[in-house]
Amino acid sequence: MSVSSHVQPLKTYFGIFGALMILTALTVGAAFINLGPANNFVALAIAVLKSTLVILYFMHVKGNTKLVPVIILSGVFFLFILFLLLAADYGTRGWLGVPGR
Amino acid sequence: MTTTPSTLPDGGPRTHYLNAAYGLKSWLLTRDHKRIALLYLVSVSVFFALGGFMAVLIRMELATPEGDFFQPDIYNRLFTMHGVLMIFFFLIPGIPAVLGNFLIPLMIGAKDLAFPRINLFSWYLYSIGGALTLWALLHGGVDTGWTFYTPLSTNYVSTSVLTVGVGIFIAGFSSILTGLNFVVTIHRMRAPGMTWFRLPLFVWGHYATSIIQILGTPVVAITILLIAAERVFHVGVFDPKIGGDPVLFQHLFWFYSHPAVYIMILPAMGVISELVATFSRKPIFGYKFVAFASIGIAVLGFLVWGHHMFVAGQSIYAGVIFSVLSMLVAVPSAIKVFNWTATLYKGSISWDTPMLYALGFIGLFTIGGLTGVMLATLGIDAHVHDTYFIIAHFHYIMVGGAIMGYLGGLHYWWPKITGRMYPVFWSKLSALVVFVGFNVTFFPQFILGYLGMPRRYHSYPPEFQVLNVMSSAGATVLGLGYLMPLIYFTWSMRYGPKAPANPWGATGLEWQTTSPPPVLNFETPPVVTTAPYTYPVAANAPEVRSV
Repeated sequence: MSVSSHVQPLKTYFGIFGALMILTALTVGAAFINLGPANNFVALAIAVLKSTLVILYFMHVKGNTKLVPVIILSGVFFLFILFLLLAADYGTRGWLGVPGR
Repeated sequence: MTTTPSTLPDGGPRTHYLNAAYGLKSWLLTRDHKRIALLYLVSVSVFFALGGFMAVLIRMELATPEGDFFQPDIYNRLFTMHGVLMIFFFLIPGIPAVLGNFLIPLMIGAKDLAFPRINLFSWYLYSIGGALTLWALLHGGVDTGWTFYTPLSTNYVSTSVLTVGVGIFIAGFSSILTGLNFVVTIHRMRAPGMTWFRLPLFVWGHYATSIIQILGTPVVAITILLIAAERVFHVGVFDPKIGGDPVLFQHLFWFYSHPAVYIMILPAMGVISELVATFSRKPIFGYKFVAFASIGIAVLGFLVWGHHMFVAGQSIYAGVIFSVLSMLVAVPSAIKVFNWTATLYKGSISWDTPMLYALGFIGLFTIGGLTGVMLATLGIDAHVHDTYFIIAHFHYIMVGGAIMGYLGGLHYWWPKITGRMYPVFWSKLSALVVFVGFNVTFFPQFILGYLGMPRRYHSYPPEFQVLNVMSSAGATVLGLGYLMPLIYFTWSMRYGPKAPANPWGATGLEWQTTSPPPVLNFETPPVVTTAPYTYPVAANAPEVRSV
């Protein structure tokens, strides 16, 4: 695959930039609304959407060989492992009723 | 046997990567992977010597029960800097940056790594990180242990923790970039015919290592940044007073630092696969299993970090999960050991120096691995946690495993790297001295730990003295064993007999080119038509191996 085949037209980059700005404003706006426990979820969902746009367009993953998304997803998979096994600790602390266990 | 021509047919000297250019600038601005490997060789040797010197001081102090030479705070700094220098600046970069850098392009039939400039940049990052850490050493040092546990490294710090943290942060990027370079090179630059299952197992080992370097190292970098954020901006991450959790630091630290052990051992396993095949004159038994075991160790290595925290306040249920997962790593590790042993079976074994190191590796790594299974058991770990049993265990893996592999690899490829041979008698003696010295140093520490001697103290009860004296005496022998290669390798560069292209009669593309290799590695681009390690038993005549 040639180097230039995954380069998008300029207006796409400006469009993505605009979308990122709108999503940033949305994050700030959501912070002023009390959604209870959903606050974190909303903020993280917007952040994931923004990072996906950056990875796909600004990091040229869209239109690249399939190996590139595989490498990136493996990073996400290992992050998932980190969170999962952290949850195995934090989610089960106190089950025994013994301090520190 | 092919021999390396030192001159061309017209009488002029042959040009290779060592004599293609001269002067400091030709080295400091080089983009040749072979020269960069030599830059790393010098750098990691300096850090190995410094870390080793600190080990000497530690063992001197521990020769008697009382604190004779150092105050406790100085002793704390000594073992911390020993760990930091050895792990981050010698063991982690050691085999990948020196042997991997030199050999991967040669083994896959490429002219260089995929990103030669980034390769040089990696060495500069490593050097800057190392220099910063040494500067911190001279300005108060660090006394937290190489693990930098919070709150010791945050609330109670009186030393250069942040400076060393920044040094490791910078060196970490060197590690990431080296891993990235290897992955891209192995994917994109293999010679025609060099399919994945024709790759030498050394390359598979480095591929697995690169995965860990790329995926794990950023986590420790982020952890260092979080410490900085807590110290500078008082963001509650690890400090309970402001909403943090000190155990979270241990989670994040070990998420990288346990796989980091596999960054040290996987390349060494790759070296051992090469040595066992060459000096048994047989293909590696179960090649695909050994290759996939490398990937298996790299992946499973990310699932086991909690076994460092069984008694650190982690949930007991998480402890059970981590215990089971930790035992799983023993499976691919055992596959390798069994397959090397099966390769030796009915092989035509020769006792050349690299093979002595390889056999030493197999024995010592097995002891280190089996004691690892013991430590994965919750009940045993609770008993021996933070004792000398742990010290002995991980030194059997890191020193008995990784350094034996490194030295075995250096002895194997030294003729290729320098074009010179080293003295056979002294090199065999060094392998023996290292093996004996290592065991006398570290085996008593298993007993000391089991009897309850805690790590990280400069004094101890008198009943532990006999075993400690034994350990200190062994360290002297081990130090001598490490000095010997330094001396005869240096000697050989000027006075050693000229090495032929393939002194061991080995397969592999790196042996098909001249010693030392030309600047672009091969005079004609190689084409691969056979599987690796195709040693015809009939051609196993002793003269093939003789130099």
